Amino acid sequence: MTIQQHAGELPTLVIEPSKGWVPIRLREIWEYRELLYFLVWRDVKVRYKQTVLGAAWAIIQPFFTMVVFSIFFGRLAKMPSDGIPYPIFTYCALLPWQLFAYSLNQSSNSLVANQGLITKVYFPRLIVPASSVLAGLVDFAIAFVILIGMMLFYGIRPTLAILALPLFVLVAIATALGVGLWLSALNVQYRDVAYTIPFLTQFWLFATPIAYPTSIVPAALRPLYGLNPMAGVVEGFRWALLGTANLSWPLLGVSVSVVALLLVGGLFYFRRMEKSYADVV
Amino acid sequence: MSDVAIRVENLSKQYRIGQREPYKTLRDTLAEAFMAPLHAFRSNGRTASEMIWALRDVSFEVKHGEAVGIIGRNGAGKSTLLKILSRITEPTTGRAVIHGRVGSLLEVGTGFNPELTGRENIYLNGAILGMKRREIERKFDEIVAFAELEKFIDTPVKRYSSGMYMRLAFSVAAHLEPEILVVDEVLAVGDVEFQKKCLGKMGNVAEEGRTVLFVSHNMPAITALCSRAILLKQGAVAADGYSHDVVGEYLVGGRETMAEKVWPATDMPGNEIVRLRAARVVTEEGEAREAFDIRRPIGVEIEYEVLQAGHVLVPNVHFYTEAGVLAFVAGDQDPDWKRHPRAIGCFVSTVWVPGNFLSEGQMFVDVAVTTVKPKRVHFHERSALAFHVVDSLAGDTARGDFTGHYPGVVRPLLKWTTRCYQNNDKETA
Repeated sequence: MTIQQHAGELPTLVIEPSKGWVPIRLREIWEYRELLYFLVWRDVKVRYKQTVLGAAWAIIQPFFTMVVFSIFFGRLAKMPSDGIPYPIFTYCALLPWQLFAYSLNQSSNSLVANQGLITKVYFPRLIVPASSVLAGLVDFAIAFVILIGMMLFYGIRPTLAILALPLFVLVAIATALGVGLWLSALNVQYRDVAYTIPFLTQFWLFATPIAYPTSIVPAALRPLYGLNPMAGVVEGFRWALLGTANLSWPLLGVSVSVVALLLVGGLFYFRRMEKSYADVV
Repeated sequence: MSDVAIRVENLSKQYRIGQREPYKTLRDTLAEAFMAPLHAFRSNGRTASEMIWALRDVSFEVKHGEAVGIIGRNGAGKSTLLKILSRITEPTTGRAVIHGRVGSLLEVGTGFNPELTGRENIYLNGAILGMKRREIERKFDEIVAFAELEKFIDTPVKRYSSGMYMRLAFSVAAHLEPEILVVDEVLAVGDVEFQKKCLGKMGNVAEEGRTVLFVSHNMPAITALCSRAILLKQGAVAADGYSHDVVGEYLVGGRETMAEKVWPATDMPGNEIVRLRAARVVTEEGEAREAFDIRRPIGVEIEYEVLQAGHVLVPNVHFYTEAGVLAFVAGDQDPDWKRHPRAIGCFVSTVWVPGNFLSEGQMFVDVAVTTVKPKRVHFHERSALAFHVVDSLAGDTARGDFTGHYPGVVRPLLKWTTRCYQNNDKETA
């Protein structure tokens, strides 16, 4: 399908079967940015409708996970935390983790959940998983308030490194979107994907330094450990907010490269499969 | 630039029958992959039979400002054509060139969220249908007024009645202003008053000189709104011309509909509960026939297979005249079966239309099986059967000795009584 538009003329649309890999057409997504906005807005609005606690849920989940981790890993298992109080050490990692896990889950199920839209209206399908990922940011922002409170409580002063924080948020989102693109496209064909996601996130949680510091991983293995992009994100968060020792640049470098690969590959795979969504979903 | 709005060239769309299943699991695919060589070994060419052409070499042109109706039986490819033109699905071969922005309306209320209020849904649905935010803001009051929902606009739509919901949904859609509008059967919403309003709105759209492609089973609506119609039959264009001619051809010349129809085992309409095997129009002697003497009773037999026990099933028939007017609907009221859950097995239900009841001419019959509580239509085959009623000029029918045009959907032979309350003869005697 191609669109040509010349000034003063009606746009001309050619509908033809596509073959193989198709371009991503980011410009078209830009044209549909209002739809993207409305879908994010819908997800945010609807999320805590008809709950008693409402948006407090965005805080309750990471907060109680932190409490449980602090008791079992911090207190009982005496897990080292690089000299930082264990609760804030783990909460600081749980924040990007929750953002990632929620966004990944939502975006992976997004095409199936929005079946009604996909079979009845045209729009660039990339908008669907992208909007699910972006909706996760609102919860993240709410839960972030608690972190600020904890930093005041523990008297931790952020350094200039905090300016790098948006970058790490971006990497977390890009990871969620990258994996989400693959999984959402696969989920259209194979509903098995929906069942693997909880398992996958649980496994991934333990492969990420949330309950423990990266320092317990042997130094030689650390770049390899960076193959998990969330390890880089968590490291970055601690470095930017809590001023932990130096950031492991090789680890971060590997993480960012992996994210870039996942994302670009995911975009192309998603676009390639796009033509079958309405027929199969 | 030419005045052509849509040019469709040899458009075809193939579906794998397997794709109609809701989804496959990874296990199925793996199993298929392992079994594939075996299948190839056992029977070659089996895959070809699993593919169906929903559209086959369809070509036509629509000019700017033309309103074109697309008609045809279920499965003729109408919706597939609209889906391709709306870019929801891709064609398998062929191409279409469209000059102008397309707004498509394949369903009203796409993307409505029950938790959101009417106001919020107007914005959401508008954005989904391709309206810009400023455009929605500008038309907001008009949309609300058209839907007659001023008082409830800040109520979540889950509290709406279904009529209110449909009114709001149609109202948003009716305010789309693309150059080309593609509409699937969406006018059958709301009450009669609102339907009239919708038809009026559609008529305005066509009069304003916008291009409209309109799919419907409502033949009077097609002839009223569209000057031209395209008849699709088994995925191909069977007729294209003035809407009155094409509608007539569809209704009368549809030789696929007959006095008897038997569905192949692989393609029986229905679901996991019940499937339609056959339907026929029969005489009292049980013989399938296409022409009936107006004085004889007409039986409609529905033969179906119940696959799941425990459901209360109501077979029902819908009689349409040649002009597409619904004459009446009749559901099974036999006390032996009414409200009794069915066992698994094959059944034949027959409904009898008495002699001296239907009017002369062609009738089309939809056959369906429905469960009333909770409501579910297991299958509904439109125009599954057709037959003729021939009036008699013997003087013993409703028309008596009159031989001219005798109008009406039904022609019952009713009982008349006359009494004389003043006899002038006696007085003069």
